Amino acid sequence: MSGQTLYDKLWQAHLVHQETDGAALLYIDRHLVHEVTSPQAFEGLRLAGRKPWRTAAAIAVPDHNVPTEHRDQGIADPVSRLQVETLDRNCTDFGIREFGMHDVRQGIVHVIGPEQGLTLPGMTVVCGDSHTSTHGAFGALAFGIGTSEVEHVLATQCLVTRKSKSMRIRVEGHPGAGVTAKDIALAIIGQIGTAGGTGYAIEFAGEAIRSLSMEGRMTLCNMAIEAGARAGMVAVDQTTLDYVRGRPSAPSGDNWQQAVNWWQTLVSDTDAVFDSEVLIDASTIEPQITWGTSPEMVVPVGARVPDPTSLADPVRQADGRRALAYMGLEAGTPMTDLAVDRVFIGSCTNSRIEDLRAAAAVIRGRRKADNVRQVLVVPGSGLIKQQAESEGLDRIFREAGFEWRDPGCSMCLAMNADRLEPGERCASTSNRNFEGRQGQGGRTHLVSPAMAAAAAIAGHFVDVRHF
Amino acid sequence: MKPFTVVDGLVAPLDRANVDTDAIIPKQFLKSIRRSGFGPNLFDEWRYLDHGEPGQDCSQRPKNPDFFLNQPRYQGAQILLARENFGCGSSREHAPWAIEDAGFRAIIAPSFADIFYNNCFKNGLLPVVLDAAIVDRLFAAVNAEPGYRLTVDLSAQQVVTPDGERFSFDVDAHRRMCLLEGLDDIGLTLRHVDAIRAYEARRRTEAPWLFE
Ligand code: SF4
Repeated sequence: MSGQTLYDKLWQAHLVHQETDGAALLYIDRHLVHEVTSPQAFEGLRLAGRKPWRTAAAIAVPDHNVPTEHRDQGIADPVSRLQVETLDRNCTDFGIREFGMHDVRQGIVHVIGPEQGLTLPGMTVVCGDSHTSTHGAFGALAFGIGTSEVEHVLATQCLVTRKSKSMRIRVEGHPGAGVTAKDIALAIIGQIGTAGGTGYAIEFAGEAIRSLSMEGRMTLCNMAIEAGARAGMVAVDQTTLDYVRGRPSAPSGDNWQQAVNWWQTLVSDTDAVFDSEVLIDASTIEPQITWGTSPEMVVPVGARVPDPTSLADPVRQADGRRALAYMGLEAGTPMTDLAVDRVFIGSCTNSRIEDLRAAAAVIRGRRKADNVRQVLVVPGSGLIKQQAESEGLDRIFREAGFEWRDPGCSMCLAMNADRLEPGERCASTSNRNFEGRQGQGGRTHLVSPAMAAAAAIAGHFVDVRHF
Repeated sequence: MKPFTVVDGLVAPLDRANVDTDAIIPKQFLKSIRRSGFGPNLFDEWRYLDHGEPGQDCSQRPKNPDFFLNQPRYQGAQILLARENFGCGSSREHAPWAIEDAGFRAIIAPSFADIFYNNCFKNGLLPVVLDAAIVDRLFAAVNAEPGYRLTVDLSAQQVVTPDGERFSFDVDAHRRMCLLEGLDDIGLTLRHVDAIRAYEARRRTEAPWLFE
């Protein structure tokens, strides 16, 4: 018999009940809650007269709707305000711990989980949000769920689900200078497509992944969902343990050693067999930039806008043409000729301290180009904001003409006041370039933090390696 | 939840791949704390010519005449015909809520994104996966014949064309049963209360830090 994959081990450890038809009851260790996908779930509990099964497993934070400036004045939009207040009220009523809008620990739900040690190796982590895959960076089984399932997990601490197929993506060798976890993620999606991981849980492995920091691994797992996979994960190693040790909710004392003993087994056995394997040579990956309205519409920065008529499949051809029209692009234009109107550095993909350092390193002593209307730098949490300020990064950003904001999702999805105007082109470190994602009619190009910062200075996209 | 057994309905075609949940229901409508009322904003940015905000009277807004939902021949459609990777992106359950609220009961596509697929079942909406070549033929038939209808039979797990041609589809037994009977998942899971308690008791000794 062949060995077990990391995914097999995590699945096994949380299996409460197995039905003969494949449906399984899986125990959930950590439930992250935010204001957008939870109100109807709490309402469902109320209507059915149910109580949360284990309140200590849940942690709530408002992030999508919160303003990123003048927070002391509250939320101006009454509909957004009601949603955030509804979360506060639900947490009070049901006894769930919450980092409220004015708590320094508040931030994007996928940033604060790891930061607080609420996300730990070996856990099952769910959240009513597709980017829950982020937490898989810790050797955890983490995936997004819908609102009905949020209610289900609140009521039963379990989820009815079925096992996915397993895929291993090995990225071997070393990426060149200026190539980040974001570029690796985009290159993978460019290769396997946005549906390439559908039905799979992906384990990222190989030398290039092992050498990533936890921040980099989170960026990578965050984007597993953009490849269609509900879950992405990286095996536990010393980097994982070093990051977790000493976090507020991490185990300590005897528990720490006991935990580490188990966590160290959270790797795929050498003889484990995956349903699908993908091998990528890291040295071939260049800084990436998306040109279209799906993350798979991506090219290396030195490339030109592709010509959709070169595609064989008529459905894809039509999609490509529609994307070019929406993005206001002509096939054959060098990507570096595209001028940007706004730049967004933030989101659960790239708002951690390492991302902010990378952006600051590129711009130190320079100023944003005049044609760039606005550059938003939105840290992932209040604690990251503090850390960045203690390192003087905020000064570097401000001196470059960038805006230094309070933590939240911000212009990743533009549910608050931060958004693109119709037709505006944006260099964004977020994860989705869908039509209208950053504001109706807005045009998003996904890039790494260093590439975004460099575009802000140059006024158009540039290859950060020659900047 | 509304049970689903057989739906015989008008078919409406949305001919593009990778339709994401941001397109199905844009973010400004996610601010609602209710579960219903999303139908008029389904595909809002494609369907209307102006910018939509929550709380508007959509009947007064300028419509995009080219968009399928605005064409008279597709009014009252209950079956949505779509392309590959339908429902990708965000996990928002507002997407199936909006589709269901707009009167649809089933979606036929060559493939669906995982989370969306799962969310449909919680809301009495049946996602049907058929082979891409069959979906192609259905698109051609819908475009050619105004008033084209299909029958989606969940008990028999078949889609039936007006000519009596039958296409079988897969759906897992648990989801099928819940949908056929309109069952509440939570109630079903709570039948396993003892198993959940036993699991927790064991984990408390194996991994006590998880329960602090
Ligand atoms: S930062 Fe963007 S992708 Fe991440 S949780 Fe917020 S809205 Fe979703």
